[in-house]
Amino acid sequence: MARDLHPVAWWCWAIGLAAGASSTTNPLLLLLLVAVASVCVVACRSDQPWARSFRLYLWLGAFVIVVRVLFRLLLGGNDAGHVLFTLPEIPLPDWAAGISLLGSFSREELLAAVYEGLRLAALLIAVGAANALANPKRLMKSLPPALYEIGTAMVVAITVLPQLADSARRVRAAQQLRGGTHGRVRGLRRLLVPILEDALERSLALAAGMDARGYGRAGSITPAQRRSTGALMVAGLLGLCVGVYAFLDHSAPRVLGGPMLALGCVLAVAGFVLAGRRVRRTRYRADRWRLPEGVVVASGVLVGVGLWAVQHWEPLVAHPGVEGTPGLSLLALASVLCGVLPVWAAPPPLTVARRELVPA
Amino acid sequence: MTGLTGLLELRSIRFGYDDAGPRVLDGVDLAVDQGELMLLAGPTGSGKSTLLGVVAGLVPAFSGGTLSGEVLLDGASVLDVPARDRAHVIGYVGQNPPAWFVTDTVEEELAFGMEQLGLPPTTMRRRVEETLDLLGIADLRQRDLRTLSGGQQQRVAIGSVLTTHPRLLVLDEPTSALDPTAAEDVLATITRLVHDLDVSVLLAEHRLERVVPFADRMCLLDGAGHARVGAPGDVLLDSPIAPPIVELGRLAGWRPLPLTVRDARRRARELPLPGAPTERLLDTTDRDAVREVRDDRPVVQARKLVVMRGRRAALREVDLELRAGTVTALMGRNGAGKSTLLWTLQGRYGAERGTLLVAGDDPHALRPELRRARSGLVPQTPADLLYLETVAEECAASDAGADAPAGSCAALLGRIAPGIAPATHPRDLSEGQRLALALAVVLTAKPPVLLLDEPTRGLDYAAKHALAGILRDLAEDPAAPRAVLVATHDVEFAAYVADRVVVLAEGEVVSDGPVREVVAESPAFAPQVSKVLGPGWLTVAEVAPALAAAR
Repeated sequence: MARDLHPVAWWCWAIGLAAGASSTTNPLLLLLLVAVASVCVVACRSDQPWARSFRLYLWLGAFVIVVRVLFRLLLGGNDAGHVLFTLPEIPLPDWAAGISLLGSFSREELLAAVYEGLRLAALLIAVGAANALANPKRLMKSLPPALYEIGTAMVVAITVLPQLADSARRVRAAQQLRGGTHGRVRGLRRLLVPILEDALERSLALAAGMDARGYGRAGSITPAQRRSTGALMVAGLLGLCVGVYAFLDHSAPRVLGGPMLALGCVLAVAGFVLAGRRVRRTRYRADRWRLPEGVVVASGVLVGVGLWAVQHWEPLVAHPGVEGTPGLSLLALASVLCGVLPVWAAPPPLTVARRELVPA
Repeated sequence: MTGLTGLLELRSIRFGYDDAGPRVLDGVDLAVDQGELMLLAGPTGSGKSTLLGVVAGLVPAFSGGTLSGEVLLDGASVLDVPARDRAHVIGYVGQNPPAWFVTDTVEEELAFGMEQLGLPPTTMRRRVEETLDLLGIADLRQRDLRTLSGGQQQRVAIGSVLTTHPRLLVLDEPTSALDPTAAEDVLATITRLVHDLDVSVLLAEHRLERVVPFADRMCLLDGAGHARVGAPGDVLLDSPIAPPIVELGRLAGWRPLPLTVRDARRRARELPLPGAPTERLLDTTDRDAVREVRDDRPVVQARKLVVMRGRRAALREVDLELRAGTVTALMGRNGAGKSTLLWTLQGRYGAERGTLLVAGDDPHALRPELRRARSGLVPQTPADLLYLETVAEECAASDAGADAPAGSCAALLGRIAPGIAPATHPRDLSEGQRLALALAVVLTAKPPVLLLDEPTRGLDYAAKHALAGILRDLAEDPAAPRAVLVATHDVEFAAYVADRVVVLAEGEVVSDGPVREVVAESPAFAPQVSKVLGPGWLTVAEVAPALAAAR
């Protein structure tokens, strides 16, 4: 039966894919990974506005690769290799020692830039896939009530941003009804002023509507208690971010790693518990965790773990280098292809047409 | 009645956006009793929405401004209680429900408020089912909110606050965007709630003809911030805003005033009226002059017009002719294709099949500036057209854009809505003034065809009469007669302004003819005067001279 998969399951799957992407620079594997993510998005997405955002991430990925190559072209050194073409070299003054702009550009440089760009692009596209597949409104319901302001801002953004496109179309048509196009700046202003006014009004109306319907009710909580809970949680989340970063980046000071992570966890959990104790909020037909959710998460985990294993045991497959042709192995292929499991495992997405078919 | 059973009480409420400026509300006292339907009325901009916001707790929190006075709920002050903590007692539905929806489906939307109150899941399940049945929307439960019609959206919005079992329902113009049938459905639902659940309702509405029969008492805001409260029959005796049925009652000298069509019909039997007029009485212009102005060749000619929106046919084989010097009203359900037809005539949408000629050309094939010279369209939100800081700048820009001599637009605006200060910001204009400005802007290009999309939204009776006068003047302008097409849900306005009515349903023209005939055939589109005096009579303005002559 058609239903929305638990949004957290999609995010776990996407994080698995992203982790997998970050442990390889093999272009064949990365392209396959992007293909897997795209197939899943096309097969499993609903027809809600956020589902249409995936194309944007594909473009963003392409843009990242191009920028990467351009920077390499501009700043790349003159290491040996198969020179593709040579541009006039611009030596920089002494204080920027060792750096020269442009110069010769080799095939190896090009490939290295493309591989690295591709890795980053695959990471972005995995996040984009989660964005397109997971229902952000349902995800937001898992947000603790203490973060009331952030929750409101998120709902408003999720709801109003997609409406900007409609608003833009409407204003464009309306502006055609009156004459005068004086240059680009004026033309842009004619569109932007009504669109932004409209967006602002909608945002305020939605925020007021949520408020009037009791969103963020304090119940017996005092404003001071709410503020302290919020502060605790924001501090906790910040600590978590710093900790995770330091844990993954080996050049960061060790003291920031484990301890910061632990401190962040403690603060955040304390905040959640405090908030949960004070604010009463319930869920109507909460998303339940069923078998498909498990399979989707498992598929993401398999991709992540599999590619990590490839990096560990078959380093030549994971990082083929720029001299030779990248190779593949059965393990690597199988790991990446695990990511396509949701196409069969996930329930059919809810669309306008399907909702009308669901029996009452 | 007040006192013991008083649910909500407002005491000397004063509100202004800035301390120096005029007050929007100036000492309003109002009490709503348990199980009462209180109607809030007043001219445009008299502070109806502001007052409702004060009750719900959204003003001044979301609007800014200074509020003084006292708001009592069950005798306890809630002035400092934010809206979210009043949600279990007061259910507030704003003007534009689609802008309020937080979730994706009907069922989730109904449950949202209860989730915030922390009700147990079993209670939520039960109340969702009850509310779906109560509002008659059980078949919509899984539907995507974006795909609902206007009337359905309004009922879902009411349902979404009903599930928390509020004791007071605050509704801001619940029927303003709805077609007559959907509006009746929503109002029937509201009255049923008052009867069955003992809910109190505080309801603001412009179109009094729809709600006065259901109201227990009414509160009239006078535009200067003062309020008068009383039984509808008493308040309406000398109210500046009154539905046609009340104007008829005043004219005929009926006391007490009839408030329902049935009452009025009973009284009308004694009126010494001659037969109904057969042609529109024109009190503004000389009738012979108009005949000369009217041209037999149509300015707009559509033959078997088919227009697609996506994969859906929005217009199916529409035949339409518009002649200069006439005003045509375009009516029909929400989503029947009225806007699509207007925008097709303007040239934005191309025809899939069929032919369309506007002033001799197919508008879709023309460049925007040539389209503008053939037809002027005022969109549903006139603010979309405006982008400059002052009215004077807007006028100057449209003169330049249309290659018209400087001052043309300002002169048009002066004729349509005299007395607007040129330095005013377009956002600060009233609804009617903003509409007039948009009208002047599109008319600067001197199009022979004028198209308006729902221009009466948010206008009071005086503003609607003024607009009707303007449209008739523009249509019958001896120097440049125009064909005017107005899409509207407002049957009273259509009866007042139009020569002809075209009714669309599902993209097809279902009736097309002189206003008197179309209105006589279809009870849903009949104005109140028709319902009372029988087919043929359309407006109070027609009855007055006939009655005077008979006496």
